[in-house]
Amino acid sequence: MSSIELKHIVKKYGDGFPAVNDVNLDIKDGEFVILVGPSGCGKSTLLRMIVGLEDITSGELDIDGKRVNDLAPRDRNLAMVFQNYALYPHLTVYENIAFPLRLQKGKHSDAEIDQKVRQASDMLELDEHLQRKPGNLSGGQRQRVAMGRAIVREADAFLFDEPLSNLDAKLRGQMRTEIARMQRRLGITTIYVTHDQTEAMTLGDRVCVLKRGVLQQVASPRELYEQPVNLFVAGFIGSPPMNFLPARVDGNRLKLPFVDVPVDGELAEKVKGKDVVIVGLRPEHLKDSTVETAPEHSVKFNAVVDQTEWLGNEQYAYIPYEADGAVRKQLEDLDRDLDGEGLRTQMIVNLDPRSRVIEGDEARLAFDPAAMHVFDPHTGANLTRDDDKAAQIAAESEKLRKAALARAHKREVEQAEKSA
Amino acid sequence: METTMSTKAKNGLGVVSIVIMIWTLIPLLWIIATSLKSTAALADPSQNLFGNFWPKHISWDNYKLIFSGGASDLFLPALWHSIVVCVVSTFISVVLATFCAYAISRLNFPGKKLILTTSLAVSFFPVIAMVTPLFNLWRQIGLFDTIPGLIIPYLALTLPLSIWILSAFFQQIPWEMEQAAQVDGATSWQAFIKVIAPLAAPGVFTTAIIAFFTAWNDFVFSSNLTAQSAQTVPAALNFFTGASQFVQPTGAICAAAVVVTIPVVILVLVFQKRIVAGLTSGAVKG
Repeated sequence: MSSIELKHIVKKYGDGFPAVNDVNLDIKDGEFVILVGPSGCGKSTLLRMIVGLEDITSGELDIDGKRVNDLAPRDRNLAMVFQNYALYPHLTVYENIAFPLRLQKGKHSDAEIDQKVRQASDMLELDEHLQRKPGNLSGGQRQRVAMGRAIVREADAFLFDEPLSNLDAKLRGQMRTEIARMQRRLGITTIYVTHDQTEAMTLGDRVCVLKRGVLQQVASPRELYEQPVNLFVAGFIGSPPMNFLPARVDGNRLKLPFVDVPVDGELAEKVKGKDVVIVGLRPEHLKDSTVETAPEHSVKFNAVVDQTEWLGNEQYAYIPYEADGAVRKQLEDLDRDLDGEGLRTQMIVNLDPRSRVIEGDEARLAFDPAAMHVFDPHTGANLTRDDDKAAQIAAESEKLRKAALARAHKREVEQAEKSA
Repeated sequence: METTMSTKAKNGLGVVSIVIMIWTLIPLLWIIATSLKSTAALADPSQNLFGNFWPKHISWDNYKLIFSGGASDLFLPALWHSIVVCVVSTFISVVLATFCAYAISRLNFPGKKLILTTSLAVSFFPVIAMVTPLFNLWRQIGLFDTIPGLIIPYLALTLPLSIWILSAFFQQIPWEMEQAAQVDGATSWQAFIKVIAPLAAPGVFTTAIIAFFTAWNDFVFSSNLTAQSAQTVPAALNFFTGASQFVQPTGAICAAAVVVTIPVVILVLVFQKRIVAGLTSGAVKG
């Protein structure tokens, strides 16, 4: 149990390139924090600096208020699960889990070690595999052994480095919930690196979005989704991703490729004097007005659907458009930052599955202008971000997190009483 | 090692490997057959089967000769020297090479490449060219005809080989193993002893066997740097004489050759599994 504080952490490699640049992060006791970003954003490097496998070029890393920059990994009392598990192949599952305990010479008796290992294996349902070697286990079982090795230590914090990326989709879902349950139950500070935004959104109390070594936004998943600070975060969070449409500013109207949207009040003030802006619109905010009642004040327009994908519970429609020359470069850069392939510009619409629109049809679409995010094309800043609302979401999430921890703790106590 | 191979290719490979097996086995069988021939049978083809190959009456005289007969005071000490010299030099070489190879594969330090290339160059150096200077030097400093006097040149022979094999082996062990151990609370030394060394065991055994053979089979150093008190078997065979001046010691030499081959065969049989077994399987996904 402990808090971890990162102050102006910088990692420079030999060529002077900062892989991690001036990262400030305050991780509270018992918090589940996700580091997420496209490949090469420095998230794994940051994690490895925290655990001590990578030197910190400058800045300060505190665990429980104590500076640990110069401590060896073994003295930081952190447990880590590696992407490829890194199990010891010559040891049985039992010995793999017991390994960290056996290293703490004289601290645990054999009976104690046995009891701790059995407790961990019971929790992870590894009892029947204890005498097997890692080579004979399936991917999910190896993953659980790696977690067992981390739990058994009673470390100050858990660090996960893309732990699920080697599993197939179904198992990944199961292990994801398993990790979430375990974290709540143990109430242990956790830092989790992933490039998968589903994992980021579902697991994290707070999610840190990184781009090229720079922290973009640290917030609860909901705040990231609803109040992103900039283009990058908006584009990274959400699946399918947010649509970015170029819009010309014309007095009190924004001219989008398909429709003109009237703007007023605060937003009109902000876009005044700008030639073009980028409008972000989430696919689910676009409705097929023939089957769904569009919200009030909706803007309606018609567009030809190029392609549809029906998935049963939802349906996607793809509508290509020509990007305005003035912001094309920004959009292309953004696409590259997000590991995109630089394909055609198209708008994705998340339609109601009842919608009968098919390829080549002209769909009647509608959206609420209040759902729009408007971005400055040069700085990428979100002009429609509502700081008050964001603060409110943050406070709510924090309350929920504490409640979840307390509930898990209470349940644990009850269970202990019952078994006693 | 599971590759899909057509039946035809498999059969072809089978035939080729049988031919190679026969090719390599015949000289060995011949030595065994010769060692079992009596002195009379050696000179008289009519006492043998399969065209002078296998003796009609197996005779153990040659073995008696080297173990308890006239050649025993030459052979037995030589056998003892061979064992001591080879075991000691293999042990030292493997231990040194393990540390050296570990450092080479894990650490970045100036001169790393130099060490590797130098050790390779040393193993290319013709052995015979070293013998004469060594002979002079050894005599001056009193190492001539001593066991350390043989172990040192054998180390020079086996170390480069061992370092190369082992550093290739260490490089295959995933870095994460060690990092995981360190995060689990191990010091570098503990991580090496408890995780890396057991994983490298097949490589260490392979290296040990190769180092052992190199020393065991050496003739040049042994015949030149020793006289009596440290002579190993290959050199001692050179000094065998027959029962009388007029008898060639062919049978005795063959018997001795068979005896010195046995440890080698045993070693390979015992460690074969360890060499082949991929101990690292299951460590990481893949």
